[in-house]
Amino acid sequence: MIPEIGQFALILALVLVLVQGTLPLAGAARGIPAWMSLARRTAQSSFLFLALAFGCLLYSFIINDFSVLNVATNSNTHLPLHYRIAASWGSHEGSIMMWVLMLGMWSCAVSIFSRHLPEEVVARVLGVMGLVTTGLLLFMLLTSNPFERLFPVPLEGRDLNPLLQDPGMALHPPTLYMGYVGFSVAFAFAVAALLGGRLDATWARWSRPWTTLAWCFLTVGIMIGSWWAYYELGWGGWWFWDPVENASLLPWLIGTALIHSLAVTEKRGTFKIWTVLLAICAFSLSLLGTFLVRSGVLTSVHAFATDPRRGMFILVFLALVIGGSLVLFAFRAPRVGTAGTFKIVSRESSLLGNNILLTVACGTVLLGTLYPLFLDALNLGKISVGPPYFEAVFVPIMAVLVALMGIGPMARWKESSPRELRHKLRWPLLITIVCALALPLVLGRTEWKSVALLALGFGMAFWIITTLVAVVLERLHHLQGGFTDKLRRQPRSFWGMILAHLGVAVFIIGVTVVKGFEAERDVRMAPGDTVSVGGYTFKFVGIAETQEGPNYSASRGTFDLIKDDKLVRNLYPEKRIYFSHGMPMTEAAIDSGFLGDRYVSLGEEINDGKGSWSVRVYHKPFVTWIWLGCMLMTLGGIFALLDRRYRINMRKEAKLPLTGENDLSGSAR
Amino acid sequence: MKRKLLLLIPLLVFVVLAGFFVVGLDRNPREIPSPLIGKPVPKFSLPTLSDENKIITEKDFAGQVWLLNVWASWCVSCRTEHPVLVENAELIGVPIIGLNYKDKRSDGVAWLARYGDPYSFSIVDADGRFGIDLGVYGVPETFLMDKQGVVRYKHTGPITIESLRAVIIPKIKELKEQ
Repeated sequence: MIPEIGQFALILALVLVLVQGTLPLAGAARGIPAWMSLARRTAQSSFLFLALAFGCLLYSFIINDFSVLNVATNSNTHLPLHYRIAASWGSHEGSIMMWVLMLGMWSCAVSIFSRHLPEEVVARVLGVMGLVTTGLLLFMLLTSNPFERLFPVPLEGRDLNPLLQDPGMALHPPTLYMGYVGFSVAFAFAVAALLGGRLDATWARWSRPWTTLAWCFLTVGIMIGSWWAYYELGWGGWWFWDPVENASLLPWLIGTALIHSLAVTEKRGTFKIWTVLLAICAFSLSLLGTFLVRSGVLTSVHAFATDPRRGMFILVFLALVIGGSLVLFAFRAPRVGTAGTFKIVSRESSLLGNNILLTVACGTVLLGTLYPLFLDALNLGKISVGPPYFEAVFVPIMAVLVALMGIGPMARWKESSPRELRHKLRWPLLITIVCALALPLVLGRTEWKSVALLALGFGMAFWIITTLVAVVLERLHHLQGGFTDKLRRQPRSFWGMILAHLGVAVFIIGVTVVKGFEAERDVRMAPGDTVSVGGYTFKFVGIAETQEGPNYSASRGTFDLIKDDKLVRNLYPEKRIYFSHGMPMTEAAIDSGFLGDRYVSLGEEINDGKGSWSVRVYHKPFVTWIWLGCMLMTLGGIFALLDRRYRINMRKEAKLPLTGENDLSGSAR
Repeated sequence: MKRKLLLLIPLLVFVVLAGFFVVGLDRNPREIPSPLIGKPVPKFSLPTLSDENKIITEKDFAGQVWLLNVWASWCVSCRTEHPVLVENAELIGVPIIGLNYKDKRSDGVAWLARYGDPYSFSIVDADGRFGIDLGVYGVPETFLMDKQGVVRYKHTGPITIESLRAVIIPKIKELKEQ
């Protein structure tokens, strides 16, 4: 009964979004207010039905209703409640349900927080979102129905993939999807602007907070995914450049470019066409990511390959959404027009550089990800592209980007004097060079190649930090009053920029130190053996068979972590066997700290009669900074969102004049 | 004019990408040609599902073309494949041998009783040793052997009616005529 209610709710939602995607758009084109006014109501009511459907799915999982195919294949009587809840979005059908639910949520949010927008714009934006939702709901109902029944009803379910039975993996998809789907708002604003022919600074101001919010979610989503890979896969790696990870990085790169480009459009009224294109691309890449992951084009899974209709359906949907919006772009963008000029040395040009570099970076990652597909399609053989390619092309692009990152916030809009810029940048440059060269030597590296790599990494980080300090000092220099008072008077969006850029620096430090100083040992250990790595000693105490988990049994190792002959703490890595899949899973034990991690994971038992195991131990200095950096970037985004001018916009219906004060970075005059 | 052409570039890039995706959809990126193809089927000596004491080896198939289909009662994809085999066993026209893989004997017997048995007989690989020799990485998988016991074709994933008609049956005919 409950699954049928869910199914019915989905069908009703489909009808509603169909209305949302047609009448308001037609109304906006013909100027019929009654049709336009349908947009808000349909967006809100369709969200209610989507939420109801999701609730039904959740309920089916909670009570383990194995007559639902989706539940039978992804749950089990031994699966604990919290993972039963997470299982509801762990399957293909469930994740599409989650996708659509979030799309509904964003539409609903737009309908609520758009009171100050002209009715026509709201109608177009929600209309476009309605069309996208229609496509995805059709996909779900026709090829991936989460409520499909299974007869005869099995007594036991197949259980959730053990890899997904983890808090990180339970949180990763919802946040990532919030980010992916969030770009649909920027996309809808862009398409609405192309349809309406109105694209100005006000438009940029409306779509900016939505874009920033989506970007924040995406950043956190990617961060959780990377963190999960780090502790769950037992290899100590945090980024593998595999197609699924790249699929999330692509929209992030373009989203980052979009945030910066929107700033220029809002402040200076330029970059309009470019901004619209980025907005279309950011969402297109989100859809593409979903297609790549879900269709099995790159990573085929048997269960999925059985239904090529799904892949075809998404592809047709992609062609309509992306192709359609790009056709619209090609024909309508010329009307939008260009405005404003700027000199070679100006903030505009450094942000343009940012945009181009991020787009190129995105292109290279896309190329590397799809390269195997290209070759296979051309019958040139099967290959795979690994980290060496990505590192070789990605790092140099990022190095140039970081160089610009130091200059951009310093430069003035429109035109900046090269001499003044040189003057402002000389101290940061000097400090950066000295520190970047001295630090590797102080840390005891002499081999030139490792010194060069460390110097590059540290140089990038110090360049960002020193220029940020210079920017803050310069800002305060012009103001009157006490130091803290002056700090407080800076707008939140300014601090947002500082925090996000600082996050990049912290991230780079993390990557540099981990790459340069990580140490690992792969050893066979019998109880009583010790192994030393990075100044720490791991002593293998022994192993015990336990049945700790509700749906797995584990071999639990005990290790003493020793530093300077003193016991720091015990570590308990596990090797788990999940009953349902018979699949061994490694649970690493990590002693995590601000300055780095000590990491131990169990390999295989060695049958030598002494109870030996193969053991992997790592010392990962500063690895935590990688995620700390991502969190700072997100925090920067949140600060930008909390900027006063958005709240003023919320309260006052009136359209405020463009002030140009409180922006991304700064000293606009 | 030049500007208008520039604005068409994103669309063109997407069209090219979409073209590759259309082609890519039909291919399986994990379908790496099995190293077994062209080599004799690995040696085995396994009991049948119906009779624990009856042992079958690869020598029992000398001189005939045969199909080895890896299945298990716990395998959901096998359920979609199974009716295709049941309905087309005659059309296939050579012995189909089931390899009951990492399964409980009683579960396997019950499963065949419920969904039908297209196999001449099934052999049991309870611990998956033979599966390792075959390089099985997912169930179902199907191997086609010629009269000399050489592996000629491997199908990964469920056999569909399309793949049966387009690939497997023509190959069987070809091998039978040799």
